[in-house]
Amino acid sequence: MKNLEDLEKFINSELASKINNSFIKHDNIYLSIDHNELIEVITFLKTNNETKFRQLVEITAVDYPENENRFKMVYLLLSHEYNQRIIIDYSIKENEVISSITSIFPAANWMEREVFDMYGLNFKNHPDLRRILTDYGFQGHPLRKDFPLTGHNEVRFSEEQKKVIYEPVKLEQNYRNFDYESPWEGTKYIKEIKKS
Amino acid sequence: MAKEKKTLNLNFGPQHPAAHGVLRLILQLDGEVVEKADPHIGLLHRGTEKLIENKTYIQAVPYFDRLDYVAPMNQEHAFALAIEKILKIEVPSRAKYIRVIFCEIGRILSHILNVTTQAMDVGALTPTLWGFEEREKLMGFYERVSGSRLHANYFRAGGVHKDLPTGLDSDISEFCEKFPKIIDDLETLLTDNRIFKQRNVDIGIVTKQDALDYSFSGVMLRGSGVAWDLRRSQPYDCYDDLEFKIPIGKNGDCYDRYLCRIEEMRESVKIIKQCLKNIPKGPIKTEDGKISPPQKKELKQSMEALIHHFKLFTEGYRVKKDEIYTAVEAPKGEFGVYLISDGSSKPYKCKIRAPGFAHLQAMDYLIKGHMLADVPAVLGSMDIVFGEVDR
Repeated sequence: MKNLEDLEKFINSELASKINNSFIKHDNIYLSIDHNELIEVITFLKTNNETKFRQLVEITAVDYPENENRFKMVYLLLSHEYNQRIIIDYSIKENEVISSITSIFPAANWMEREVFDMYGLNFKNHPDLRRILTDYGFQGHPLRKDFPLTGHNEVRFSEEQKKVIYEPVKLEQNYRNFDYESPWEGTKYIKEIKKS
Repeated sequence: MAKEKKTLNLNFGPQHPAAHGVLRLILQLDGEVVEKADPHIGLLHRGTEKLIENKTYIQAVPYFDRLDYVAPMNQEHAFALAIEKILKIEVPSRAKYIRVIFCEIGRILSHILNVTTQAMDVGALTPTLWGFEEREKLMGFYERVSGSRLHANYFRAGGVHKDLPTGLDSDISEFCEKFPKIIDDLETLLTDNRIFKQRNVDIGIVTKQDALDYSFSGVMLRGSGVAWDLRRSQPYDCYDDLEFKIPIGKNGDCYDRYLCRIEEMRESVKIIKQCLKNIPKGPIKTEDGKISPPQKKELKQSMEALIHHFKLFTEGYRVKKDEIYTAVEAPKGEFGVYLISDGSSKPYKCKIRAPGFAHLQAMDYLIKGHMLADVPAVLGSMDIVFGEVDR
């Protein structure tokens, strides 16, 4: 099963009821599934002899605040034997709980902790769901689109109290986000100058 | 009456020379034997992914230098490839060769640092002094081509920023002639060194299966005997045309990983030599005016070019709606960029897949049952750089 099209067909026929959509783009298979089927789909892709997606590359989420199902979870798998990559995604609401895949891939542990930290999504059956990258006692979820780029707190050493203290962010100048968007498309004139 | 077992909690780091940066490791010790290791990371978290979402594609490139700061250009490469694949940009052949040369220089930079500091962690100082002299030369090449020794900001979608300055290619090939001798010297200090072997052989063994399960990549995977290198299996740029070997370990311990890195440096030198021999003449970035800025000469003559230049560096080019994962074989393993573009000039989402993150995660598994003194040896052989782990 080396061919990408064959592989996609095979996965579709084996997991027909669990897949919402699948297509091939940039030499990868993209698979949309229902979020209840996650464990079965991942287990199948890992263990089946025709797929052998034995390595979990990354887990991440994407925030679409305007959608009803606000978050999209993304799982990237790699098969060394067949030299193929697959990208699995599904949409969930903000308060829904996701099944952890740490029992299938131990590497999912930190990746899920990162998603929990950055997006505030909860995983069930995760052995150790703590924040990972942010500060001890941090509030909020930085990669959500409604989290400000500057954050909420800043840290400094206070001479009076002789310790590091947290204060609300004070900005001398607001973050300047210019609106450059224009119908400008760019042109080919530069090449024309060269020719003449 | 059974004797009550007492364990000791030890706080290793965040400031510790053997932690290779800012790692805080909470170790649970039974005597000198480590029972559990809990790495606390994030002390160098700068919110790179959030920042990239708020910058144009051109402005995002320097953030990649600051991830794995011992091999900056390898990271930029992944980002440039992602944009190129979405926009279907044809990269000129010369640019591909230049990029490969500097990626391999990055690989040597990173491996020298790792091999020599690993030696320092287990007690040898001399390799560091010898190795850093070579790193200095390599960073000199970085400076000559990009203007900066470390944070190069050199790769662009569609090629590289500037052509090689005169004389640089002959200086690099002179370096390639001399460098294998330096590797030999390093090897005489380390490879058969009794102390180095005692500290590394059979320490931190990773089996094939566990290397896959823990998402290891790069040397961590090859050291355990899995023949997998993205430069060979999913070639990008001109790696397809080059001849090189992929060293593979047998036992999956710290010593095998050291040997793999030494061999990879030799292969990198061969790659650079081939590139310098075969590098064609021609443009160094795409001529598509929508992506690459006009030349300085045209700015002086053409109003259109001036407007164009202004728009490219304020609004930036737009990238059509798409979703892509691209990965490169960085010195530390598979470095990937998962990019979601929404048609504007800023990425909607840019997830960075850092190899060190997955490696450090396995710290608990690797160190369990080892002695406290093995912690720096295992950490050293994992090749951790906190810039990329914490992002």
